[in-house]
Amino acid sequence: MNIVGVLIPIALLLGLLGLAAFFWAAGSGQFDDLDGAALRVLLDEEPGEPPGPLPPSR
Amino acid sequence: MNALTPVRAAAGSTTELVVEGMRCAGCIAKIEGGLRTMQGVVAARVNFTSKRLRIDHDAALDDEALIAAVARLGFTAHLFAEASESPARRESRRLAKALAVSAFAAMNVMLLSVSVWSGADGATRQMFHWLSALIALPAIAYAGRPFFESAWTAVRHGRTNMDVPITIGIALTSGMSLFETATGGPHAYFDGAVMLIAFLLGGRLLDSAMRERAQDSVAAMLRRLPAEVAVLGADGAVRRMAVAEVEPGMRVLVAAGDRIGVDGVVEQGESDADRSLVTGESAPEPVSPGGTVLAGTMNLTAPLTIRATAAAADTVIADIARLMEAAGQGKSRYVRIADRASRLYAPAVHTLAALSLVGWLVAGAGWHHALLIAVAVLIITCPCALGLAVPVAQVVAAGALMRRGVLVRDGAALEKLAVVDTVLLDKTGTVTLGRMEPVSGIPVLEEDRRALLALALATRHPLARAIATALEGDGVSPAIASELKEVVGRGVEGIVDGRTARLGRGDWVCPAVTTPTTGAEDADAQSETSFAWADGAVHRIVLADAVRPDAVAAVQRIARLGLSAQFVSGDSWPVVERLARRLNLFARARMSPADKHEAVERLEAAGRRVLMVGDGLNDGPALKRASVGMAPAAASDVGRQAADLVFFGDRLMPVPLAVAAARRTMRVVRQNFLMAIGYNVLAVPLAIAGQVTPLVAALAMSGSSILVVANALRLRSAAR
Repeated sequence: MNIVGVLIPIALLLGLLGLAAFFWAAGSGQFDDLDGAALRVLLDEEPGEPPGPLPPSR
Repeated sequence: MNALTPVRAAAGSTTELVVEGMRCAGCIAKIEGGLRTMQGVVAARVNFTSKRLRIDHDAALDDEALIAAVARLGFTAHLFAEASESPARRESRRLAKALAVSAFAAMNVMLLSVSVWSGADGATRQMFHWLSALIALPAIAYAGRPFFESAWTAVRHGRTNMDVPITIGIALTSGMSLFETATGGPHAYFDGAVMLIAFLLGGRLLDSAMRERAQDSVAAMLRRLPAEVAVLGADGAVRRMAVAEVEPGMRVLVAAGDRIGVDGVVEQGESDADRSLVTGESAPEPVSPGGTVLAGTMNLTAPLTIRATAAAADTVIADIARLMEAAGQGKSRYVRIADRASRLYAPAVHTLAALSLVGWLVAGAGWHHALLIAVAVLIITCPCALGLAVPVAQVVAAGALMRRGVLVRDGAALEKLAVVDTVLLDKTGTVTLGRMEPVSGIPVLEEDRRALLALALATRHPLARAIATALEGDGVSPAIASELKEVVGRGVEGIVDGRTARLGRGDWVCPAVTTPTTGAEDADAQSETSFAWADGAVHRIVLADAVRPDAVAAVQRIARLGLSAQFVSGDSWPVVERLARRLNLFARARMSPADKHEAVERLEAAGRRVLMVGDGLNDGPALKRASVGMAPAAASDVGRQAADLVFFGDRLMPVPLAVAAARRTMRVVRQNFLMAIGYNVLAVPLAIAGQVTPLVAALAMSGSSILVVANALRLRSAAR
């Protein structure tokens, strides 16, 4: 039975990690454009051009 | 950096556009890449899921320039008049986080509960119960806030809503379970409480996604007016003055291509006015001294001097704004079906739980036992499936409609659309496409076509633009023209390959030749213009406002749905009559915005449920007043903002399609209600009899929710 005392905290910790990851993802806009991400991988971007929404640095 | 570039404005601004026709990765690359090379654009980012385009740019670039730039890339864009971070979106984000927390807690508590149900007892059960409490209580405190806050607001105002029984149920369940845990009792309902919150939050989240967005149409409309106008003083000096300060009798100068800021009478100058914003009429109207012009219309070809006849607050456009506000208030607030259900539901649940508590006390059970049973009744009757019944169906149906080109802006719109029995159709821009297209007379020879395009591109006149668009669509490239000049009120002329060519009014293009009439007047002809070489034959180009290609089929389908349809148009009778005959519809012409509003009001007062389909500013009040408003995506800002549904593309079929889909949706919603209530009817006697253990509660709750969701998923093919 003692093994439960170890496994349950571990399980909870892992679950909390997942929850924290979701909070981060929701806060940083990872879910804003679900279909676009699948298509963007196909774009040929010039090396050096910033990939994301950042403006080209000048 | 280019020396001619104006100093980058400190105040950059951001514009959000809705873009039609994006289908693939190539489209994203084309739009983003194309805009980034445009001067003044800092960044462009496409959101493919919501079909939006967000552009960071210099404040000097206006919306129209950006929309034109997107059009040059081959896509149609409209202004998206909504704050990027709306309250509805913030609410959705908050609910999503709460749902994540409660779902996480529910899964973990359920794991512990399963082992308790399968026979763990003694110290193990005790430890698992304490662990469950440890996970569940913080999760309930965090994830339950949306319900607690709403219930508290309702109770404070002496009302009750769906959230009150939910809050009481959750609080009692948690309290009882904690007591059970502390005293070593066999039953703890932590799993039930957390799962309840998770299911309910799922329903709320979907509902929030469908919530109506702020309809700030009046503000959008008044933005169409220039902020200030050039006023010609008595001493001949020109001063800039805010529109609001203009008084009747002042003389106002309007340059060609500018929007007119005041209602007035023309004193000097001859020009054409594009009045489509106010009247919905697509053909430009010539104006000359003595004629009247309206605020919000566009002065197209030549400068005008106007004597103002009305102060800013008395212009026609300001009247429409007031009418729309009144229409928004006069519209009886529709009570959503879920709210109606909960009005009956909440008192019933309270009474039932209280009755079983009293009943068991009277029957001689102890306080502890009686309370446990009352809690079980509250959990069992909690409107889990009921909370999911409506939003899931609406979200699935809205998704199906979106794939067929109809954007549902307000979830309640589907409910209202299902009971509509009368359809009012505007003509210009709704049944027709609202843009002029050449129907005959375009020259065949390549050199003629290239010269014509060169001339057409030299002016902002709408007819010339229509010709240019059509020719460019055919892949014609403009010839090189020199000495291009625009003759006010007549047309344009230029020299191509050493020969003079003219595009404009027939009697000016070739005064010597009387234009040959084509015998019977072309049925839908609305405007015409002529093109000729100085020494050549005259091409008489006829342009008409093209009818949407499937208009006849769509109107027939509307009739098959049992709806009575009629035309309400601001256009003149002969124009409306021809189309009405073709579509076999009852029609009314020459209707002002107030007339349309009144027509809707009279029908609604007579007990009809009206679907208004219109696009222009002139339809705004009627769109708002009608039970449901629907507008094409190409409509004016005002039309789109006032409407509950927006349809994309050149077809009219989405209108009957949306009605049919709405009816299917409501059928599924009613089935869902039946299932949810049927489940309660079955389970409540068990709960009252004291037979509901935590296991039964958990099974019943998830079972009915899954059933309801599965039934709603059938709506994925609702739009057909």
